[in-house]
Order: sequence, then C-alpha cells, then structure tokens
Amino acid sequence: MSEYIEHDKDGVSVGLVEKKYFTFAEPPEAMILESNARLGPITIAYETLGTLNEDRSNVILILHALSGDSHVAGYYSEDDQKPGWWEIMVGPGKGIDTDKYFVICSNIIGSCMGSTGPASINPGTGNPYGFDFPVVTIGDMVRAQKALLDHLGIAQILSVVGGSIGGMQVLEWTVRYPDMVVSAIPLATTTRHSALAIAFNEVARQAIMADPNWNKGKYYGSEKPNLGLALARMVGHVTYLSDEAMRRKFGRRLQNKNDFSFNFDADFQVESYLRYQGQKFVDRFDANSFLYITKASDYFDLRRQHGNDSETEAFAKAKAKFLVISFTSDWLYPTYQSKAMVKAMKKNNLDVSFCEIEAEWGHDAFLLHNERLSALIKGFLDRNVIELRKK
Amino acid sequence: MQNQSEGLKRFDLQVIASWIKPGSRVLDLGCGEGDLLLYLKQNKNVTGTGIENRESKVALCIAKGLSVLQGDINAEVLDYQERAFDYVILSQTLQQVYYPERLLKSLLAIGRKVIVSFPNFSHWSIRMQVLLTGMAPKNEQLPYEWYNTPNIRVITLKDFRKFTRDQGCAVLKEVAINTNHHDTQGHIVSFLQDWRATYGIFLIGKGDKK
Repeated sequence: MSEYIEHDKDGVSVGLVEKKYFTFAEPPEAMILESNARLGPITIAYETLGTLNEDRSNVILILHALSGDSHVAGYYSEDDQKPGWWEIMVGPGKGIDTDKYFVICSNIIGSCMGSTGPASINPGTGNPYGFDFPVVTIGDMVRAQKALLDHLGIAQILSVVGGSIGGMQVLEWTVRYPDMVVSAIPLATTTRHSALAIAFNEVARQAIMADPNWNKGKYYGSEKPNLGLALARMVGHVTYLSDEAMRRKFGRRLQNKNDFSFNFDADFQVESYLRYQGQKFVDRFDANSFLYITKASDYFDLRRQHGNDSETEAFAKAKAKFLVISFTSDWLYPTYQSKAMVKAMKKNNLDVSFCEIEAEWGHDAFLLHNERLSALIKGFLDRNVIELRKK
Repeated sequence: MQNQSEGLKRFDLQVIASWIKPGSRVLDLGCGEGDLLLYLKQNKNVTGTGIENRESKVALCIAKGLSVLQGDINAEVLDYQERAFDYVILSQTLQQVYYPERLLKSLLAIGRKVIVSFPNFSHWSIRMQVLLTGMAPKNEQLPYEWYNTPNIRVITLKDFRKFTRDQGCAVLKEVAINTNHHDTQGHIVSFLQDWRATYGIFLIGKGDKK
C-alpha cells in the first residue's frame, strides 16, 4: 500500500495515541512457525483507540498491509506532523467510530515497525537476525496477533478489518479462530496471489537482492541496499495504481520541462513520481522486512492451507458475517478474486455482503477518502452490534 | 438508521410482505435500495439477503444494515445451497429476464417458495392500443418504446399460469392489482383480472402443493 497519510479534512481525530509492546514466546516456549522453525521471544507493537466496554463486545481488530504499522490513527504528540495511516476511516464519528468501538491495531511479525523481524536482535547471536530470521507466513502473523488478544483478555472480536495483505490476515482470522470472530471486512484482497501478483513481488525482491549492499541480508550497521529497496517500491507503486489512475495523475506530462532531455533523467512526471516514492520509502522501511512480508503474501493460499485446494472448503469453518469489498480499478487483486471468495462463502451458507466500489485509483483505493466506503463499513458494523445484542 | 421502522410505501410490496411468515429466510432479487428487506427485517424478523447490480444501491443497502450482494441475479442465484431460503422474491423483474425458465428452476431449487410479480400485458388499455393504433403499446407500467425497453418479455397473467403448469410448479397464492406498483394504496382485482389487472403477484412452490 502507498502512503496517503493525510490529516482529516474536518480536523476530527482520535487524538493522542501511544505505541505499546507485548513480548511473548520467550524460549523455551518459542513459537513454532508454519515452516517448523522456532521464533522467540516475539515482540508485537500495537496501539489501541477508544474504550473497551464492560462486556468486552466492542473490539475491532484492524490489520495493516505491507508497509503499514500499528499506528492506524491519531498522533503520537501534539506537534506530530502526520496522523496514522487510516486517519480518514478511524476516529470519532468516522466509518470505524472510536467513540463506540475499542480499536486494536497490531504490527505484523516480520515487519520493522516495532515487532520482531529481520532487523531485530537475534538473542542467539546478539546481532540482527538478517537472513537468519525464519520465514513467517500470514498464518504465523495471525497466531501472534491471537497471542496479543489473549494477553489483552479479549475473547471475541466484533469485527476484523483490513485491506490487501491486511485482508489476507482478516480471512485467515475467520477460518483459524472462527469462534472469536463475529464479523469480518476483507478489503481489496484475495485468498491467494495470482501469478501476476507473485511476479511483481519477485521483481521487487530481485531488485533488493541484486543490490550489492544487500550482502545476503547482512547490512545492518553498514550501507543499506537503498537502491534495491527504492526500485522494489517503484515496482510496488505501479501495481497499487491503475492504467486509469496513471493516465489521470500523470498522462505523458513532463516534469518541470518543456522537451525531452535526451538523456536518462526523469523526463516524465510518472518517472519522477516513482523515483520520489522509492527514495522516500528507504528512510522508513527495512529491505529485509520487505522481502519477508512479500514472501508471506505470495505463500498465502487459503485454499491450500484450509481447504484441500477448494475455495468452498476453505471457508467451511468460518462463522463470521462478511462484508467483502473490491474496487473496479484494482488490477493487483481484481474483483473476480473477491467474487470467488463471495461464492465460496455463499456455498457455505455464510452471511455475506459484497460491493465492488467504483474507484479509479487502483488497489490503493481502500486507503483513500471515500464516503461510500465509510458509510458501508459503518452500516455493517452497526448492524453487527445490533445482531450481537439480540443473541 | 435501523430503528426507524416505517411502513412500506409500495402497494405491491405490501402484498408481498403480507405473505411472508415471521422469522423466515428471504432472498430478494433486484432488491433496489432495500425497502422491502428493511421492512421485513424490522417487522417480521426475517433473515434477509438481497442481490442488486447497481453499486450505488448496493452501497445504500449495506449502509442501512442489510446483507446485500452486488451481482447479476442469474449468476448469483446459482451459488446457494438447496433450500437456503424460505422465500425467494422476484419483484418486477421477470419481464426483463433473458432465460425465465432457467431462472425459475434455480429459484425453486434455492427457495421453498418463490414470489414473482410482473406487469400484466393483457390489461384492456394495452389490448386497445394494439387494436386501435397498431403500434407497440405504452402505458404507465410499461412506459418505454419498443427499441429501448428493458422489458424484453411480454407476459400476461394467463401466460404465467400456463408457464407454472408447464414447469410443473404450483401456484399457491395469486393476487391481481390494478395499481401502479409504486403507488401507496392499491386495489385488488378479482373480477375480469386478465383484463383489469396492471400487475400480477404469484406465490409458487414445487408441484406437490405443500
């Protein structure tokens, strides 16, 4: 996902938030990962917004995408320049209303935003893990989140919500812990990557690994593979937009010039944009984390993991009420992939709503301000509160 | 939002709603903005699902707290388990369906009962128009020209009764109304229905009349 972090246009915000940490799986109780490797201790960075109600029935778990973090909304300090990544959706009176709900957003393992990942210190060596970090899967990420919720004393989630790789975690939650999840909102996501999505990820990974500074993942304390990571991000940004989005945003317009330079400078605005996005990314993200998280998303296959290669069987265990949302111009996870999961949910007699929102901004549409999206999510959550009370 | 219960405005929907038993499972095909589903949910405690192909209407329905899927009814009805619903409602849509036979079969598979309503093409005013003007008829219920009408099927009450017989299903209830379907108040026609009704509403089930 891109960064569209912007202040709320009406100035409404949940206000100050604090990043917290939870550490578990201290050896010898290390977590056994899907790959059979052991990982421990594990730290998870998380943030909470709003107030947990008395019967603990107002929990919303928000799951972030590739480059996101636990900072979903609000500000860390009074003079913080930027709010959290979903400020437009999460806050008082917004789509996910922090006056009503207790929102938890947890950073995924493998990330570099406070949770244990390849840049963390390997207790065995006293140095950063680097490429010794075990490969983690979406399932592992979700199991770690479950440990966090257990720690917080939460046994039931009113709704799990997330887009893109966050949406994969949403789907994983619904089949792995069906009794905990009352409802689920997977946005702009898929039950498994297409060859196209894997291909783009592989090009991005190769860009990092081809950078001499990458040094087989051992670059902490020396020059970082910034060129490779920037290039990887540029590839990513192509997939987050769309033909239409790029035509509108850039067309063939030139960047601060009237004619071609006849050298290899960034002549076109689109070139300049991608270079800028790439460079901006290296300041805040770890190249190894990029490798691990993209690999986890490529490995994710709900059918293979939970359904003997059948999409219908994969959802057999799920009990949640679903709101599936896709976007017309998303070519990374096109609507047919959302429709396939909707079909499987219907075949399992699950309560599912589905809307393909008309949006020109490609995969990233779920991060952008959209009244329709906010209204949909709000209505769906309200309904689940009412139906939960009736039970 | 959900708690402001109000009556149904459309007379044809009032008739349909009166046929639905409380607490049942309902699928509304072409549910529009979800008026009927919302009414049934609030007043009859049904578990309702809608299918609608226009994004803006789907979004409105979900925002109202309804369970609604965006998609084409012909394709969407194929994915449900058998007898997943007590009632499947096809309101004011049959005349626009390309393969009514196939659709009805699907509906009877996923629903125990099916409610179908459509404009009656044998209303006297339509008969007179064809007779006197020799042109494709137009009226309040069927306001389009022949070349731009979405109503590709010409159906009369008699046609539909024969169709259900041919399909081996049973008409369990039938009401003819002579009201524009979006009017609040309506009249049920019992005398000379085929001539006087503007709309027909049928409750059908599988052939065993259960």
